[in-house]
Amino acid sequence: MADEKGKSVQTTGHAWDGDLQEFNNPLPRWWLWSFYGTVVFAIIYWLIYPAWPIADSYTKGFGTVSYQSGGKEVTRHWNTRAELLQDLQSGSETLKQQAYLQKVAAASYDDIANDPEMSAFTQSMAKVLFADNCAACHGIGGSPARIGQYPNLRDDAWLWGGDIAQIEQTIEQGRNGFMPAFGEVLGDAKIEQVASYVLGLSGHQVDAAKAEAGRAIFQGQEGGCFYCHTTSGKGLPSQGAANLTDAIWTVADVPGAATDADRLKAVEAVIREGIQRQMPGWKGRLSTTEIKLLTAYVHSLGS
Amino acid sequence: MKLSHESIEINAGLMIVLTLIAISIGGLVEIVPLYYIKDTVEKVDGVRPYTPLEQRGRDIYIREGCYTCHSQMIRPFRDEDMRYGHYSLAAESKYDHPFQWGSKRTGPDLARVGRKYSNAWHAQHLNRPRDVVPESIMPNYPWLLRNELDFADIADRMRALKRVGVPYSENEEEYLTNVDRFGADMAAQLDIHRAEQSLVAQAQSEDWDGDRSRLTEMDALVAYLQVLGTMVDFGKYDEGYFAEFR
Repeated sequence: MADEKGKSVQTTGHAWDGDLQEFNNPLPRWWLWSFYGTVVFAIIYWLIYPAWPIADSYTKGFGTVSYQSGGKEVTRHWNTRAELLQDLQSGSETLKQQAYLQKVAAASYDDIANDPEMSAFTQSMAKVLFADNCAACHGIGGSPARIGQYPNLRDDAWLWGGDIAQIEQTIEQGRNGFMPAFGEVLGDAKIEQVASYVLGLSGHQVDAAKAEAGRAIFQGQEGGCFYCHTTSGKGLPSQGAANLTDAIWTVADVPGAATDADRLKAVEAVIREGIQRQMPGWKGRLSTTEIKLLTAYVHSLGS
Repeated sequence: MKLSHESIEINAGLMIVLTLIAISIGGLVEIVPLYYIKDTVEKVDGVRPYTPLEQRGRDIYIREGCYTCHSQMIRPFRDEDMRYGHYSLAAESKYDHPFQWGSKRTGPDLARVGRKYSNAWHAQHLNRPRDVVPESIMPNYPWLLRNELDFADIADRMRALKRVGVPYSENEEEYLTNVDRFGADMAAQLDIHRAEQSLVAQAQSEDWDGDRSRLTEMDALVAYLQVLGTMVDFGKYDEGYFAEFR
């Protein structure tokens, strides 16, 4: 290498196994200058950013970040938290998004639906919010994995009401769905009768005598089902009581059952065990505008 | 012996020792100051040690290796803030031994999962994730519902944590300090002598796993997950408050 120009190469002076020697060439220049470069970089970095600990504090550096806090402008030494705050308050992406958010926040739900730009923004942002927060239970796009705990949001049946105001309240406050367990109160025979009546309400083939007996329990004090499901069986949104007369099932997997007997069994199980289901409230976790976006999105799913 | 290039190079033992010293300087310079820089841990209300039931749940979380796929650390970045919520504070894991921050996210971050979903969802999801999230690649943990929770050694577990600085109480004085710091109800739950009673009482206070008749490992794990990230009320602080600690 270096002896091309006739210079003799220095060795480190060791010899292993008799004649194995090690060259002692100078460091390649590019490497050496890169190394000095990193040293200079480090010194500049220390000057700009928080770096060296001193007693119970540290050098803060000359870099600064400004943000709003408690209604006034604050300027502090550079740090990731301040920078995030600045980005969330006045970053270029934030400002673009905020222009839309403010427009949506000020608009009525009708205006949002009728304005193509606002409704496109609402759909795309709410879709992400839904995926981050709601999809774990309601499924991506609003269809849950199976009939069970979590209502499908893509149909137009609403346990707690499908008006904008009702949906907004559901998202804000959450819901506690409750139906008592009738297993010990009624016993197997009567549960079968009530289940027959309930299935009959939505037009399924049932034993007419059992359904008639079930009707008496449903509509009378013994079962008291009508208190929440109403005498017509159409349900009461204020109680989160399901409409039993349509083809939509949210707990008993009636559509998935193959035979009449299986359908009966599925409904019986719900009457026997009752229902307890909870949707958490999102008020603290999501902003008012985010809830508004979700409300508009969920409302649009169900039609 | 003169400490020359050659003597280090031909003496493996010496080289190992000197290498360790050189490398640990880097680590020590980064880590040690955090113990005495006064802004490291934010001054914030609400953070408390885990109750006995939550602590048992946390032990199960670690036993099952949840940390290999889930982090518990929301970093101060825009995308994380929008997806998970407020970035994690050092203060929020001050009673975690060991902490569960992590950096591997096969699954989502769990630092603020508390009360985001219902108890029933957690029980269903841990039992068979695909029952609720068809796209999930998380394994099933069906034994959590089957296994009775073993909490015979909960007092010893709390004593061990007390040794590393978690303020569980063992005498009247410590208990009264906890009453001042965390309120009477919580102080009672943090009392080691009442640990088993508190654990059972909390397990019965809510339907954690969908079956109130048994105390299972699922009860404990769900109770733990439901408290994650819920101790600090961020509504109480100005937006910029936590930036003042950096």
